[in-house]
Amino acid sequence: MSTRSVIPFGPQHPVLPEPIHLDLVLEDEKVVQAIPSIGFIHRGLEKLVDKKDFQEMVYVAERICGICSMGHGLGYCDAVEHIMDVEIPDRAKYLRTILSELSRVHSHMLWLGLLADAFGFESLYMECWRIREEVLDMFEIATGGRVIFSVMKIGGLRRDLPDDMLKDFRGRLDKIEEQLNEVSKPFFNDVAVKNRLVGVGILTPEKADLLGTAGPFLRASGIARDIRSTKGYCAYDQIEFEPIISTQCDSYARTEVRIKEIYQAIDIIRQCIDKIPQGAVETPIKGFPNGEWMTRIEQPRGEALYYVKANGTKFIDRMRVRTPTFANIPALVEVMAGCELADVPILVLTIDPCISCTER
Amino acid sequence: MSLINFNKTVIKNLFSKPATRKYPFEPKEYPERTRGHVVNDMDVCVLCGLCSIKCPTHAITVDKAEKTWSIRPMSCIQCRCCVDNCPKKCLSMDTHFTEPGSEKITKTFHQSEKAIAAQEALMKAAKERAAAAAAAKAAAAANAQPAANAQPAAPAGGAQPAATEKKDN
Amino acid sequence: MNAEFKIVKAEEIIDEAQKLLYDGFHLMQQCATRTEGGYELVYTFGKALDVTQLKIVLAEDQSINSISSVFPCAFLYENEMHDLFGVDIKMISLDYKGTFYRTAIETPFK
Repeated sequence: MSTRSVIPFGPQHPVLPEPIHLDLVLEDEKVVQAIPSIGFIHRGLEKLVDKKDFQEMVYVAERICGICSMGHGLGYCDAVEHIMDVEIPDRAKYLRTILSELSRVHSHMLWLGLLADAFGFESLYMECWRIREEVLDMFEIATGGRVIFSVMKIGGLRRDLPDDMLKDFRGRLDKIEEQLNEVSKPFFNDVAVKNRLVGVGILTPEKADLLGTAGPFLRASGIARDIRSTKGYCAYDQIEFEPIISTQCDSYARTEVRIKEIYQAIDIIRQCIDKIPQGAVETPIKGFPNGEWMTRIEQPRGEALYYVKANGTKFIDRMRVRTPTFANIPALVEVMAGCELADVPILVLTIDPCISCTER
Repeated sequence: MSLINFNKTVIKNLFSKPATRKYPFEPKEYPERTRGHVVNDMDVCVLCGLCSIKCPTHAITVDKAEKTWSIRPMSCIQCRCCVDNCPKKCLSMDTHFTEPGSEKITKTFHQSEKAIAAQEALMKAAKERAAAAAAAKAAAAANAQPAANAQPAAPAGGAQPAATEKKDN
Repeated sequence: MNAEFKIVKAEEIIDEAQKLLYDGFHLMQQCATRTEGGYELVYTFGKALDVTQLKIVLAEDQSINSISSVFPCAFLYENEMHDLFGVDIKMISLDYKGTFYRTAIETPFK
């Protein structure tokens, strides 16, 4: 009969960049149960709707998180545009697509680096972040901010990206793809990497669906649910792409899905640059929003929901953001049951946790 | 095994320059669009106050009586909202970031003599135009209908306070 | 991706959830909105790329049963609603009893 013990994991832990706490019930070295606990840095940004009007809320939404800045601004603007019945110009749709796919490249590169760091491959971590740095430079050239873009606006975009800039981006993306080919080799072939990832944290498709999992974590369990294929926002209805899935259901599959998604994102950006029409980038808006709408978009980390309820005045009633990390916590707890204690940091990382998003 | 997959990168890194910059000796060159901090060209600014109304963090204060424009750099979030809304295009984003500091400061700028003089000249011209228009209207009305003299007097009276109100800007 | 809401009574929520689970839906989110004299709860369920939304109008002192027995992941959303809005939710499978969010003020969104 083995003895049971409870050990706390986090909120301060070397592998965790952000505070999440797990109470791990252990039986010798095996985790039997994990109880999650968040709320260490809850900021109550949703409550700011009382103080900031619906246009100023765009700035608040963009600042929910540093890495998902584009996604949050896009989701909020999309919801308000639906309520106000505003059709944004085609060029703005394409530019939004380009920027959100670029942030997917940057977010996944960041994640790959963190993963390499978690299993102790430091030079690979540096390589991943060096590539990410080039994406951040592209953001700075395009929008003026490396992390917070401040380009979203209800009715379109605040700044246009000239065609020669897009052409320049194409060249830069070719270089990034070349470097990515080199960097992804160790992830796919290295023995040490495989030992840490293959067969660790298996999430069956049935469980993944029942627990409301989202994003690459879900697609690595073989369910092809990608909100971009609803073609309900941005210019995804004009773009050809297939959701990337893997049927291995383990941590290795999640890495594979994310690496392939980087290639897919680069491909989508190329298609957008080829097809982008000329024209204005914003539609002027009149009056105040009145009504409610639930928008869902595919962020780098998964499906995010934005619920906006407006009452016809300057201030909206409620803004609700359901972030992908929040949806992935139940599945994280599920995959932890039965794993080794040493695998817990890797498993926390494989959901790509963004606690700042979760604690909006 | 890891070397076999990674050796190309390793060898390339051995013989190439570092990816980082020697920071204090080699300062970063910012692209043209970088949102560093807000600067105001006080020679052009008319202190309309639109930037202070639009600023989401209320970092900008405009004092029309003192003729000053002030910003709290620590509160500014570099969203570029004021620059987009400026009617005179006197606000712009400088590419260098706000200097760090140990306490929260307020930077105040006085409207330059040149701007005040230019604005006063504009106001004076506007006033003269209004007066001339009123006089012309009065004269026209007097010519056409000497009986209805009371009517054109009203718009002339209305134009006068509007001009003085503007002068406060 | 829609603004259609099916109004459901608070007592029927477990039945509705069970029906949706039988139809193959999964829980996407639950959220509360403060209205005058009560709350408005929005539950979103998804199946592949389709969405169904339920709306429950709740009086301030009225309680509602948890659906965490049907959808296990509901416990996070329900604890969130309880801690931020003070919605009285009964029988949550993992009840943090107000310690899920460490807020300085109790029920700050109420």
